[in-house]
Amino acid sequence: METLAEWFPNLTLGFATAVTPINLLYCFLGVFVGTLIGVLPGIGPLAAIAMLLPITFNLPPVGALIMLAGIYYGAQYGGSTTAILVKLPGESASVVTCIDGYEMAKQGRAGPALAVAALGSFFAGTVGTILIATAGPPIAEMALKFGAPEYFSLMVMGLIASAVLAHGSLLKALAMIVLGLLFGIVGTDVNSGMSRFAFGVSGLTDGISFVVIAMGLFGFAEIVNNLEAGGSKRDLLFQKIKNIWPTKEDFKRSWAPAMRGTAIGAFFGTLPGAGPTIAAFSTYALEKKVAKDPSRFGKGAIEGVAGPESANNAAAQCAFIPTLTLGIPGSGTMALMLGALTIQGIAPGPQVMTQRPELFWGLIASMWIGNGMLVLLNLPLIGLWVKLLTVPYRMLFPAIMVFMAIGVFSVNNQALDIYMTLMFGFLGYIFVKLKCEPAPLILAFVLGPLMEENLRRALLISRGDPTVFITRPISAGFLIATALFLVIMLAPAIRKKRDQMTEDPVGA
Amino acid sequence: MQLKIKSQEDFWAGLMFIGFGLLAVVVARDYPMGSAMRMGPGYFPTYLGGIMIVMGAIIAFRSTLVQGEKIRAFGWRGLFFLSLAFATYGFLIDTLDVGFVLSIAAVVILSTLASREFKWLESLILAGVLVLGTVAVFIWGLEMPYPLFWWR
Repeated sequence: METLAEWFPNLTLGFATAVTPINLLYCFLGVFVGTLIGVLPGIGPLAAIAMLLPITFNLPPVGALIMLAGIYYGAQYGGSTTAILVKLPGESASVVTCIDGYEMAKQGRAGPALAVAALGSFFAGTVGTILIATAGPPIAEMALKFGAPEYFSLMVMGLIASAVLAHGSLLKALAMIVLGLLFGIVGTDVNSGMSRFAFGVSGLTDGISFVVIAMGLFGFAEIVNNLEAGGSKRDLLFQKIKNIWPTKEDFKRSWAPAMRGTAIGAFFGTLPGAGPTIAAFSTYALEKKVAKDPSRFGKGAIEGVAGPESANNAAAQCAFIPTLTLGIPGSGTMALMLGALTIQGIAPGPQVMTQRPELFWGLIASMWIGNGMLVLLNLPLIGLWVKLLTVPYRMLFPAIMVFMAIGVFSVNNQALDIYMTLMFGFLGYIFVKLKCEPAPLILAFVLGPLMEENLRRALLISRGDPTVFITRPISAGFLIATALFLVIMLAPAIRKKRDQMTEDPVGA
Repeated sequence: MQLKIKSQEDFWAGLMFIGFGLLAVVVARDYPMGSAMRMGPGYFPTYLGGIMIVMGAIIAFRSTLVQGEKIRAFGWRGLFFLSLAFATYGFLIDTLDVGFVLSIAAVVILSTLASREFKWLESLILAGVLVLGTVAVFIWGLEMPYPLFWWR
């Protein structure tokens, strides 16, 4: 067991980094704020991280990353609380939890539902952490051998996967990717030094800040849309949550779904472009299929909480694998994490693990600690989170606006960024109206410059011959996988299934 | 043959993509194309723009075949006041440089106007609370370098 021997010094280094008082504090702050944001409806993890990113500029790199990661999985966690208690998923990955979680709460079993969600997530988080620690180094080692064609094909695969797994029309999702790549081009071309699509605006020569795009598309547009929907009534279901501990029967029903959910989540999390949402949906579908009595689902089956909740947490955790080892983010949120790394002066990629081992292993150790903190934070403090739900939206959105304004402005201290956010907010609102999903766009936006650079290099090596992408075996493998994705998704039967899954499963 | 738009959503989405694609291609004409082997700054955007135009055209054309939905009305009130709030913030804190307190208060009050349940008193109280909170966190806590008032 060569890997095991490697593990010890690495994990020891990781924990030594993560348990310093200051890093523990960052971790705690992260999961606390994350839970808060997850509980509050109308603001997803992506907008939250974008909003809070500027705050971490002044922190040391390890602390910044630990805190942002905490926000990310904390939000995932908080989302399930609201899904169970008020049938309002704090974010999309907990949409399926609404179905059976809310039914359980209706039957007075909110406590066990919350506990199983928390314990399942903790289990999944632990497995996820072990997986990253085990799979990370070999993948990074392999990635060091990747050339430009491999990187380009890998990014194509990630982008297509994100379109395939997005909501709604596949064609529109693909068009959004191209649009995202185009937005990524704005700014100075690294090769020629030429300023592109800056339209004579000097503030644009550095390109569009991703904080601006994320806040516009996901923050601003979201608020306008929520306001239009009117004050949604929230049926708060908590008659003092007393017995939180699940029964023996609950445990017996939950452990197998939690394991299956973790496995599915780990798979979808590692795959660039997929993510927690699709993992949770798939797990729910699977649990319904393998259940002895499928009719219990939708009527408060605990398996319908344990499975998806483990799956989305495992996926959230494993999304760090491509991000940290390849430097290729699998989702918009992960793209923001990479952005944070870049701002800290660290070039993302497989070399991070060897050059900054304390950063990589410290982050991993902190994720495990953070998951533990979440259990402690969520179960005893559930009353506090429930109280937060009673804050009406009309008092919430001005606060979000203020945080967004401060966040955007603090990146460059120029009013232009604020006006740009406004423009992207408008655009985002139009996207909502035209049912164009913005998630693939932001991923493409971040990958755009990387893709152009790798395309340029690949074609330079091959002397302009585009077959280089299919004659190199690894690159060809990625492209074949991509083609398979598309073909499978275009098959009528599966397409119907995808529409069902990505559309509106709760019927809310 | 008469073409009838069956899906407004897809029709306008298609037009939007065509528009962005055209913009990319036209603007990129000012940049040297280079060749596949030595890509110039115009190469990538021109190809992307072209792909975008084709995709937009397919989406727009499909809207005459596949039944879709009408576009729901815009929420102008929210859009207007939230935009105003943001723009005012940029103008106050950067151009006029009146300091953090007034800029934040303006964002809060203009934002609350976006809601149909707007009440003056509530708005002012909320502004007070949020100004205090953000000053404590961002100026005193995180030491962001903005003056509190115009007289510094």
